[in-house]
Amino acid sequence: MLMMNVAYYPGCTLKTTAKEFDISTKASAKALGINLVELPRWNCCGTVHALAKDDVMHHLAPLRNLLRVEEAQQSGIVDDKKVVALCAMCYNTLKRSNQAYNADSDMAGKVRESMNNEAIVYSGQVEVEHLLETLRTQGWDKVQAHVTKPLKGLKVAPYYGCLLLRPRGVGVDNADNPRIFEDLLKAIGAEVVDFGYKQKCCGSYNTVHMVDVVADLSNRILKQAQEAGAEMVVTACPLCEYNLGNRQTEVVKKHPKFNGIPIVYFTQLMALAFGLGEDETALGLNKPDPRPLLREKGLI
Amino acid sequence: MSSEKQELVLHPSPLNQVFKDRVKELSGEKVELCFQCGACSSGCPMTQEMDYLPSKVIRMVQLGLEEALDSKTIWVCTTCFNCEVRCPRGIDVANVMEALRQLVLRKKYDRVNLDLLSDEQLRELPQVAIISCLRKLTA
Repeated sequence: MLMMNVAYYPGCTLKTTAKEFDISTKASAKALGINLVELPRWNCCGTVHALAKDDVMHHLAPLRNLLRVEEAQQSGIVDDKKVVALCAMCYNTLKRSNQAYNADSDMAGKVRESMNNEAIVYSGQVEVEHLLETLRTQGWDKVQAHVTKPLKGLKVAPYYGCLLLRPRGVGVDNADNPRIFEDLLKAIGAEVVDFGYKQKCCGSYNTVHMVDVVADLSNRILKQAQEAGAEMVVTACPLCEYNLGNRQTEVVKKHPKFNGIPIVYFTQLMALAFGLGEDETALGLNKPDPRPLLREKGLI
Repeated sequence: MSSEKQELVLHPSPLNQVFKDRVKELSGEKVELCFQCGACSSGCPMTQEMDYLPSKVIRMVQLGLEEALDSKTIWVCTTCFNCEVRCPRGIDVANVMEALRQLVLRKKYDRVNLDLLSDEQLRELPQVAIISCLRKLTA
C-alpha cells in the first residue's frame, strides 16, 4: 500500500493522560495508508486561542509549530505543508492562530520579529487539519473498505463538545447540524445514537477548580445520551474524555441514580473495527473500562 | 395602578464611554449591535452558575457599566462559543467575556490557586485542563 507521510501534532495530553488516543490514532491511520510522522521539535500550542485582540504573545507557540511543519516539508520527511491534529483544543488553537496570522498583517509582522532566531520565516501556508477531516476527504467508503470487524449492534452516541465545531469558520463541520462523527460511525458499522446535548460544553477547564459543576454537566450530558439509548459515548477531545469519563466517580457521588457509561476516542473504535489488537486499540486505558461492554457485544 | 409614569433616566458619564471603548478594543466586537434577543443566554451551558446572563453582561457593556467586571459570569464562562454560533447579530460574546476577564487579570488577579490541589490531583488532571485553566483564570 502506498503510504502518505503526514505531519502529526500530538500535543501534550496525548503523550500523558490520553495515551490511548495517541496509540490508536497512529495505528488506525497506518491501517488506512496514512503514516503520521510526529512533528520534530513540537511544543505546546497553549491550548486556547489568544482571544484578546492585543495578545500577540500567545500566537507564538502555535505558529512556531506551523513553522516546524514547513521545515519538515522542506526536509522531505512529510509530503505536504499540512499538519494533522487530534486533540480538539490543539486543532482549534493551531487553526485559529494560522487564520489570524494570514488575516492580520500587523500581528503577523510582530510574530515574525519575535521569531527572528528561526532558520526560516513562516509563510502562513500550512494547512491545519483534524484527522476526521482527512478521513472525510479520503471518503468514508475507504474507511469502510478497511473494516474487518464491523461494530455491529454497538449503540454509540457521538459527543462533539465545543472546540471541534466552534466557532464558525474554524470547526470541522456545520456547527448546528454536524454529521462527521455520524458518518464515521456508520462506516465502521456502529449504530449511531443521536442526542440533544452532543454539542453542549462539558465544563472544560472548570474541572480543575469546580469539580461539582462539571459533575452536574457530565451527568446532564451522559444521562441524555443514555436515555436516547446509547451504550457508549465517543469523543475527540482529551478534556471531554476526562470530564465525561474519569469524572463519573464524582457524578455518582452527587447523582446516585447515575449508571456508568464508557467513553472512548473515535480512533479506538476505528482501530477495533480494523481488526487491530489491544496493543493498538489501547482500550484498557479508558476510565471507566469499555471492555466489559465490548466483550458482552462479542467485539473483543 | 398609578397613572403617574415612572421614568428611568440614565446619566452616562465620559468614563462609561471609556470603559465601553476599552472592551470593544480588546474584544474586537461591536457590542452596540446587540438587541437583547437572549439567544446567547438560552444556549449557554453555564447559566445556572452565573449571576448575570450573558446577554445582560453585553447590555452592561453597552451602557459602559464597570460592574460587569465584578460579575461571576465572566469567570464561569467556558468559552465554548455556543453564543457565537447563535448570535443573530454576529457578536462573538465569548470574545467580550475574554476582554472583561483580561481587564481584571491584568491587574494581577488570580481567580484560581493551583497550590490548593494535591500532587495526586495535579498528576491525574489532563495537561489541557491545567494549562487552559491557568491561561483563562490567572494573571
